[in-house]
Amino acid sequence: MAIQVLIPTPLQKYTADQASVELEASSVDGLLQALDSQFPGIKARLTDEQGKLRRFLNVYVNSEDIRFLDNQATPLRDGDEVSIVPAVAGG
Amino acid sequence: MTATLSRATFTGLRCKECGHPYDAGARHVCEDVCFGPLEVVYDYDAIRARVTRATIEAGPASIWRYREFLPVQGDPIDVGTGFTPLVRANRLARRLGLKHLYIKNDGVNMPTLSFKDRVVSVALTRARELGFTTVSCASTGNLANSTAAIAAHAGLECCVFIPADLELGKVLGTLIYNPTLMAVKGNYDQVNRLCSEVANTYGWGFVNINLRPYYSEGSKTLGYEVIEQLGWQLPDHIVAPLASGSLFTKIRKGFDEFIKVGLVDEKPVRFSGAQAEGCSPIAQAFEAGRDFITPVKPDTIAKSIAIGNPADGPYALDIARRTGGTIASVTDEEIVAGIQLLAETEGVFTETAGGTTIAVLKKLAEQGKIDPEETTVAYITGNGLKTLEAISGVVGEPHTIEPQLSSFNAAWERAQSLHRATWEPMGV
Repeated sequence: MAIQVLIPTPLQKYTADQASVELEASSVDGLLQALDSQFPGIKARLTDEQGKLRRFLNVYVNSEDIRFLDNQATPLRDGDEVSIVPAVAGG
Repeated sequence: MTATLSRATFTGLRCKECGHPYDAGARHVCEDVCFGPLEVVYDYDAIRARVTRATIEAGPASIWRYREFLPVQGDPIDVGTGFTPLVRANRLARRLGLKHLYIKNDGVNMPTLSFKDRVVSVALTRARELGFTTVSCASTGNLANSTAAIAAHAGLECCVFIPADLELGKVLGTLIYNPTLMAVKGNYDQVNRLCSEVANTYGWGFVNINLRPYYSEGSKTLGYEVIEQLGWQLPDHIVAPLASGSLFTKIRKGFDEFIKVGLVDEKPVRFSGAQAEGCSPIAQAFEAGRDFITPVKPDTIAKSIAIGNPADGPYALDIARRTGGTIASVTDEEIVAGIQLLAETEGVFTETAGGTTIAVLKKLAEQGKIDPEETTVAYITGNGLKTLEAISGVVGEPHTIEPQLSSFNAAWERAQSLHRATWEPMGV
């Protein structure tokens, strides 16, 4: 078992058009690193120069917004599902 | 899916944050750079050359009298949306100690009695132009009603998503148009996330996701209409409900555009926003002096504005601060009292979002944050018949009588004494 990551359409060009990828990681920060190792360049799209997630992206762990958890330090366990979603929608 | 733009006054899309340009297709975020929101780019010289007060006044009594300011190319879907009453609210004004108060009543908008008919009319017109045959949305209720109804009129397939716990009127008021209705076991923010995940995989036009740049422009007409109905003048102060914050920013954009093309004289307008305490992420940020929004989990009867993770929250905050307005929240009890106050003083029955707006209007008036001399417009965005649950139990009961004079006489006596017991002297 690993972490399943849902990739939004605009970033699927980095993941060879895969909408979902599996990775090993123990936190959201670790996951961002692992994503970039496997798909070089994707982290720069997700975060700013300081490594902070961009303002207009929301990240969910098992459907919970990480801002209700421990933000980028949120721990991950095998079998977790992480979803990366552009924030500007709805209303 | 791009199209030729020969008759249109818009030229494409652009990121509101970084300015990166995109063509006028079905996309809503800055995919190539920063994920910021995309906005429609207009040729204001072309608009200025085509539009005068007279050309607008000669147009249809709907939002399409402003079509040069809307991102569509060909024939619009016109179901009589817009040009709703702007009511001079003298009795409510006296109750609140104000002198020049107006109610913009979108509770009687067509076809589904909320402001959402404006944004959906624009979004579905554009959806059709972009070649979509199925339309969808993530809704707190009113949008589902509107998308399903206007899709039915336009002959588009429709699948809409709502939180499973909505009011009966919102659910039945969607099902009657026979869309596919997905009632998601979760709150609106969860519905919205699900739809964002679905949006690009089914090839549908989601009005408030991949069509959001076009959709949101429809709300500008709430700005244009108020200017025109005030005799081509801006108000001094507006109060509007805040859910995602989009409506608020687009009323402002509507005012700014009419100034830009010379249809109205410039003057400062204060923008104040209303939230329910049980879902007040923007009001909390305003209060705390923050420029970012911390999401919340909604818990309020004002379900139509229960968005805990508001997409345009930072922009709404910025507008309120820059214009000298306020963003405040009120309790569910105050919301119900707001619904009653508007009904009893002005004969306008609004839903919980409107109750929130009136309760905040009252609060700001009491706190001196609205000058009595200001021309103030409160935006009522939805109809009370859709949220009857909110007022059942607080509006009393009918006097059930026999079809006989004696029964009526006795009941009238009882009614009078009840009335006297609850009567308080009022200035109006």
